[in-house]
Amino acid sequence: MNAGRMAYDILSLGVPFSVALLLAALGEMFNQRAGVFNLGCEGIMSMGALLGFLPGYLVRSGALAPYTSLLGFALAAAVGALLGLLFGLVTVTFRAPQGIAGIGLQMLGVGVAGTLFRHFIGGVTGVEGVAAWPIPLLSRIPLLGGILFNHNPIVYLAFLAVPASWFLLNRTPWGLRVRAVGTHPRAADTMGIDVNRVRYQALLLGGAMGGLGGAYLSLCQAKMFADDLVAGRGFIAVALVYFGRWSPWGITGGALLFSLAQTFQLAIQVGGIKFPYEFAVMLPYALVILVLALTRTRSLGPSALGKPFNREMRV
Amino acid sequence: MSRRFALLYSTAVVAAAALAAAATVGLVLEVIGFSPWTTFGVILTGPLQDVFGVTEVLVRAVPLTLVALGVAISFRSGILNIGAEGQILIGILCSAGVALSFPGLPRAILLPLSLLAGTCGGALWGGIAGVLRARFDVNEILSTVMLNYIAAQLYTFMLRGPLIDPAELMTGSGTPQSMRLPRAVWLDRLVPGTRLHTGLVLALVLAALVWVLMWRTTLGYRMRAAGAGAKAARYAGVHVERALVVAMLFAGGFAGLAGAVEVLGVHHRAIEAISSGYGFAAIVVALFGGLHPAGIVPAAIFFGQLLVGADMTQRSVGVPANMILVLQGAIILAIVSAKMYLNNPYARQRAARLVSHIPGLRSVVSTAEEARS
Amino acid sequence: MDEPIRELQLEGITKRFPGILACDRVTLGVRRGEVLALVGENGAGKSTLMNILAGLYQPDEGRILVNGEPVHFRSPADAYDRGIGMVHQNFMLVPNMTVAENVALGMKALHGRLWLDVKEARRQVLEVAAHHELPVNPDARVWQLSVGEQQRVELVKTLCLGARLLILDEPTSALTPQETDDLLERLKRMTAELSIIFISHKLNEVKTLSDRVTILRHGAVVYNGTTANHSTSELAALMTGREVILPRNDGSGSPGAPILRVRGLKVRGDRGHWALDGLDLELRTGEILGLAGVSGNGQRELADALAGLRPVEEGTVSFDGRDISHSSPRAIIDRGMGYIPEDRHGEGIVGSFSLKENLVLKDFATDRFSRGGLLKLSGIDGNAEELRERFDIRCSSTAVAAGTLSGGNIQKVILARELGRGPKALVAVYPTRGVDMGAEEFIHCQLLALRSQSVGILLVSEELDEILDLSDRVAVIYKGRILAVVPAAEATREKLGLLMAGVTDE
Repeated sequence: MNAGRMAYDILSLGVPFSVALLLAALGEMFNQRAGVFNLGCEGIMSMGALLGFLPGYLVRSGALAPYTSLLGFALAAAVGALLGLLFGLVTVTFRAPQGIAGIGLQMLGVGVAGTLFRHFIGGVTGVEGVAAWPIPLLSRIPLLGGILFNHNPIVYLAFLAVPASWFLLNRTPWGLRVRAVGTHPRAADTMGIDVNRVRYQALLLGGAMGGLGGAYLSLCQAKMFADDLVAGRGFIAVALVYFGRWSPWGITGGALLFSLAQTFQLAIQVGGIKFPYEFAVMLPYALVILVLALTRTRSLGPSALGKPFNREMRV
Repeated sequence: MSRRFALLYSTAVVAAAALAAAATVGLVLEVIGFSPWTTFGVILTGPLQDVFGVTEVLVRAVPLTLVALGVAISFRSGILNIGAEGQILIGILCSAGVALSFPGLPRAILLPLSLLAGTCGGALWGGIAGVLRARFDVNEILSTVMLNYIAAQLYTFMLRGPLIDPAELMTGSGTPQSMRLPRAVWLDRLVPGTRLHTGLVLALVLAALVWVLMWRTTLGYRMRAAGAGAKAARYAGVHVERALVVAMLFAGGFAGLAGAVEVLGVHHRAIEAISSGYGFAAIVVALFGGLHPAGIVPAAIFFGQLLVGADMTQRSVGVPANMILVLQGAIILAIVSAKMYLNNPYARQRAARLVSHIPGLRSVVSTAEEARS
Repeated sequence: MDEPIRELQLEGITKRFPGILACDRVTLGVRRGEVLALVGENGAGKSTLMNILAGLYQPDEGRILVNGEPVHFRSPADAYDRGIGMVHQNFMLVPNMTVAENVALGMKALHGRLWLDVKEARRQVLEVAAHHELPVNPDARVWQLSVGEQQRVELVKTLCLGARLLILDEPTSALTPQETDDLLERLKRMTAELSIIFISHKLNEVKTLSDRVTILRHGAVVYNGTTANHSTSELAALMTGREVILPRNDGSGSPGAPILRVRGLKVRGDRGHWALDGLDLELRTGEILGLAGVSGNGQRELADALAGLRPVEEGTVSFDGRDISHSSPRAIIDRGMGYIPEDRHGEGIVGSFSLKENLVLKDFATDRFSRGGLLKLSGIDGNAEELRERFDIRCSSTAVAAGTLSGGNIQKVILARELGRGPKALVAVYPTRGVDMGAEEFIHCQLLALRSQSVGILLVSEELDEILDLSDRVAVIYKGRILAVVPAAEATREKLGLLMAGVTDE
């Protein structure tokens, strides 16, 4: 196994492997820009993964069969949005502390996904999932073609979501409201903007994207569901938003970086290099810690991040 | 507003929260085709039907108490330790490792040494997150969660590798578990024929000591001030960063000790799935117990019951064990929501005003004197 | 709606917060082109009342009438629809957005579309700014602007959003005397088209600008009348309900040796800039050195650096003969430095701790309150009782959470703690901000008493009156340096005002 082949493998796997992280992190970016950090992302991704997988598993033949993946994605987005709404109820309406509430949501999401999995599916089975759609012409380019243009359509959509997110956040009135609400909610309030409503909207979008990220894992990446499928990606997505300095471009870079760390583990196994499996698996998590420690982001984030808004608070 | 209304209000909030949590769990149970009533019934009554069941509840309560005490110390100091899962595992590795490395030592030395090793291992693992937060301002929830995953991998590695029972290798079954620990370190049984061990006494003693620590010592005052008002504490000369690290050392240490106690008292060897979610359950126990030892002990017993009950429902009716995670998540969400309404004079007043508009209930809200003002 | 506001009436407005009656059946009115001054002590309910008018709070009772028609404001958007806009005391501008974006935030017409038309917002900003002679740069980011410029932006913003009645909450609190005069003039010109209600506790401004004045005390209207008919002292008496004569420094005693020496101090601010840029200062025992200056010129950073809470990059600070430039806050506290911080709730007390716990916040580890690591509860209790009496702290018991006390009482708790330790020097930052006159009188007395006990006091304040009343010498801070130190006898509003704006005699 030569180094060049290994590098090619890592890179061509790295792009699709980053999609789940990318989608979830972009969603979380909207949450955080509006002032709310949702650690329940992990739970949302688990539910999204299960519900994305379920239609394909249950419907094996018949008229609906070709559409199960689409249905799965739609269900995952819906459930993600619903969980985002629940999180909004607890942290925006009830104004509970976001950190611990996020852990609660995570437990709830992971627990329900696991319970439903055991009940409806029971064992580890595969689905057909979503096949690759190589882009004509472009995918023939040597090297780059394989790395960039030979993937399933969700990958292309996810990367298109990056500039779309930038546009949404920076060039639309809604994005303006989101940014104001996350930085100086009181100012937004005095100009007639319903701070809590904007935060709910951001959580809905963020939840939906988290659900999609989870569905990607079960439908496109692993093409199956298991208890440890998400394996901390939801938390990594939250960390990515800090690392990417709350910008879609930074987040994309971070997602690629982390997915490379994950594919590294696969590559060395395939390559037959003697490196303890467990230490390779540890790599992405250790990388998150390293990255968080090295990025001094305190003063750059949305100033109202983590603080519930209360108009009656007498300043 | 009368004291009577304030009491009614608090009760109503707590009841609403409990109902919401139960309803969430009930909903999931219905979806998977089980009756919530029978399930709850089994959980609440099943474990208490015989002595063995009761001792099993207490067996679960021991690690829950220990970890929750540590979690409470950290939460009150302003640093949210979600890493107990990993800290427990490191504690197990250290205590088992020490016990297996010095099998010849007498009990009087090896047992405390093992427990100490477990405590130190957990403390170190927790300390990493503490330093990351104090020096590098790294969000401790993220770092402790990452450390959990890293510890899990480390644990598996050690159990499949250096610590594996040579007997497993010989027979070729390859079950990842360590050798049996020397008898010298086994904790005594309190009730013969059951798994209840002297760790229970340790847990109760430590609960009392934690109370003294937090509310009667200068160190405890420092940690509580850092948690309740870090800025003001800093202005008063309290070294907040140091307090945070110390709090994490305590939290990790308690978790590590819990792991050591589990392996020395119950399993007598390091096995897979040993921590079985105690790290997360303990967070719920700590919150449920109001982050105070006096509340944590009964909360731990209650949760021990829930855990044993959930096991029973899984074996008898087939309710998946993940339901416990659902319950825990729902309880956390319910508790943190309820807390915002319990100590909130604005909300209480708004509620009073709402209720007083309902004809006939005016007297519930205020006495005649207050109504005049 | 372009209908002008001919008449605005508030009838019987009542608002309750837990334990406080903020507004008590308030009735007042404003006519077109009029300027109404809303006056009262801190805590009298002025801001709450205006927040109700601006649509931020809902009244519990009473109603608002515009041109005789009752209106109900569920949010500031409703208020703006009717032509009522408010400029708050703390500016409501998003710092990292441009001026145009901030204004666009409130322009409802722009929010219905997919794409944000910032150009339109820009155009309106420039139009309004030109019309009212309030020059603003629509492309500047708010954090880059000075306090005076930000206030202009706030005015332009409220006008762009359709305000025909302007509510201004303490508009001159962060301005130099010259900027204040400038603003009052502008506002007078604007009355040709607008009505104005402004909140102030500075009676000379009230006399200058307003046509009519309404005085609030404890949430209720105690007087409603024409400004021209009263002198400032009459208004003051009506405001407080009694003759309050704030104590003044009579200049007795003479200051001793320097206790605090600052040389060439350079300290970085939160944004990495030099907040203190070579500052020299000397504080002597038994004197009150007032530090005057527009907020944002380094006062906060100076106080923090003296307390050891901000690193000293260059220069030296020596206290009582010892170099404390790089000492920890603990060491500085132990040496005898007292500190009354700006944010009493966040920096002065731990809100959820009891009163008695807060009173030992700096000393809990000393022999007096602890032994071998264990707290001496009886000692802590006794200390709390003693201080409570000495400083007249109003509370039901010393076990209540300190955060539940009123602002004035919290300040007394902090004062009690600091003074009870017998400090050698005291740094007091805006000590009477937001407290009623009774508490202000008490605090001033305590400070003067300290002075006669040979304690050196550095008094940082925005209120020139307070500085002029209490100081032996006045230092003016400007852009991180001390521009001049003026003896009390020579310190006048005009002179200090010029210095605060950076104008020196050179």
